[in-house]
Amino acid sequence: MAELSTADGDMADARGTAGAAGAVGPADAGAPAATGESTPTEDTADAGDTVIATRGLTKRYRGGQLAVDGLDLAVPAGSVFGFLGPNGSGKTTTIRMLMGLIEPTSGTARVLGRPMPRAAGTVLPHVGALIEGPALYGFLSGRDNLLRYDSADPAADPRTRRARVAAALDRVGLTAAGAKKAKAYSLGMKQRLGLAAALLRPRRLLVLDEPTNGLDPQGMREIRSLVRELASDGTTVFLSSHLLDEIEQVCTHAAVMARGRLITQGPVAELAAGARGRLVVTTPDPADAGRVLKEQGAADVVVAGDRVTAEPPDRDLAEVNAALVTAGVRVRGFGVERASLEDAFVALTGEGFDVAG
Amino acid sequence: MSRAETAEASAGDGAAGGRAAAARAPGPLWTLGLLRNELTTTLRRWRTIALLGVLAAVPVLIGVAIRIETGDGSSAGGGGEGPAFIAQITNNGLFLVFTALAATLPFFLPMAVGVVAGDSVAGEANAGTLRYLLVAPAGRTRLLVTKYATTLAFCLVATLVVAASALIVGALLFPLGELTTISGTRISFGEGLGRALLIALAVAASLVGFAALGLFVSTLTNSGIAAMATTVGLLITVQILDQIPQLHAVQPYFFSHYWLSFADLMRDPVYWDDLVANLELQALYAAVFGTAAWARFTTKDITA
Repeated sequence: MAELSTADGDMADARGTAGAAGAVGPADAGAPAATGESTPTEDTADAGDTVIATRGLTKRYRGGQLAVDGLDLAVPAGSVFGFLGPNGSGKTTTIRMLMGLIEPTSGTARVLGRPMPRAAGTVLPHVGALIEGPALYGFLSGRDNLLRYDSADPAADPRTRRARVAAALDRVGLTAAGAKKAKAYSLGMKQRLGLAAALLRPRRLLVLDEPTNGLDPQGMREIRSLVRELASDGTTVFLSSHLLDEIEQVCTHAAVMARGRLITQGPVAELAAGARGRLVVTTPDPADAGRVLKEQGAADVVVAGDRVTAEPPDRDLAEVNAALVTAGVRVRGFGVERASLEDAFVALTGEGFDVAG
Repeated sequence: MSRAETAEASAGDGAAGGRAAAARAPGPLWTLGLLRNELTTTLRRWRTIALLGVLAAVPVLIGVAIRIETGDGSSAGGGGEGPAFIAQITNNGLFLVFTALAATLPFFLPMAVGVVAGDSVAGEANAGTLRYLLVAPAGRTRLLVTKYATTLAFCLVATLVVAASALIVGALLFPLGELTTISGTRISFGEGLGRALLIALAVAASLVGFAALGLFVSTLTNSGIAAMATTVGLLITVQILDQIPQLHAVQPYFFSHYWLSFADLMRDPVYWDDLVANLELQALYAAVFGTAAWARFTTKDITA
């Protein structure tokens, strides 16, 4: 019996949902953008298309280390944008430049249509950020931590402060632990509190740097569903991660960095499609199967145990399967394994996903 | 699904309603929210309370020591030397305020200020909270001004804690009443209290320059401990250098040089020259190191 399957059907589903949610995003994003912005409209129109746009963004640290090299990043409004790269590839430096914490050596960065870091005061109230893990005042309770961060924002209404803090705690499931001192929090709870700080006000852009670090599998699922939920509300989410499957599961778009350079960016589906899938035949007659596949025009046939893989030929795969059966090859499994983002990454960089030296 | 939107919704769907529209436009006083939060956070912090507790204990120690020493009728500090006014405490408890301030001003008070000032920015950087304050966005100048204002508030609170503790201990252990000024004239107890308050303010003002120095040091490093140690180290160095006669040419520029001028407030009439020189020097330090801290902090890459 031949069994037709795609290896990562589940992931494709998940991505499809996120993609659909992202697609409605831009229309939604326009509304809060227009009403929430108290400043002239020239920039909001600009921000409708690209939430983050950098041109030639470069950072060279004192000591000469080139952390980010000529980055041209474009994050579409309403997308869930995965920012991928091994540790040390310049992701966090880029995020810090986008948030106005670090001055670029050269190049420009525009966030919500305005130049950073110059317009930090008007842009950042619309941006929630989790950068390089949460940072808390250990001697304050979780609630007091959020009250402090909220009072740091001069555009946040002090009259609704307590209500918004309570709502943010509720949203990340910390209501019960809100009165506890933050130093007693576990890493996962700190991560949640950091997320709550990013959600204190309605945001047009969320920048989440490794948001699932330190979380248990259940916590990771919750964060992913939270990200999808926020995206469906029209918030653009910029998500950095070194976990490929995390990006694959929630992101509509992605960019890949390595050694300070942008290697590629675009919709996740296109990135994965860039690396072609492979035809996989499981059979007790691998030698025969390999021969038949070659006859059928498949290239790069590899026989390993009872698995024969090849680049699929340009013809109906049903006929290929029929040819195998006609030739007397006993087929246990027959299908195309879709290329994962990891395959795409390896194809793009020609290297594994290791720490850059 | 109760969530942030409940609060936001009222702001969001009230685009037509004038009240909601007013809620969205930031009020001019909202910017002070950070200062209020910083003040309560700093003053409620266990470390601050411990520092204030130590400062409050100094007058108690002095008062009790003098009380025990003079229990047999001899006069305090009769033979040896001590902080200013110590010999007069047994006649009038109010002098304990002056003595306590004179005893704490050289080291205890500025040390406490050095801890708070040194930790102000570097401590946030150390904990990583600085980046979240800045993306909130607190604004670098606003955050720095808030930190300096809070440090100055701590200077005042710390001085008043010493003065109040001394006044209470002085009233409990010694008689109160009319007092004799350094010039030999007698003033009423009420006027004496007024002079004590003025002296406390003069002492607090003496710390303004050193607080600015601590703030500047705090912007140089990402380690709160290093900033505190450096600030307190500078204090000790300057206090030692101020004692070396060969350095008298530069000593008028040390932030601590006119610190003990507050005693001139106990003259009748008040001798203003050194007091004014002190205030000018403190203002100079505040301007120079405040500007340096601002220049440093507003251009610094926040990598912590």
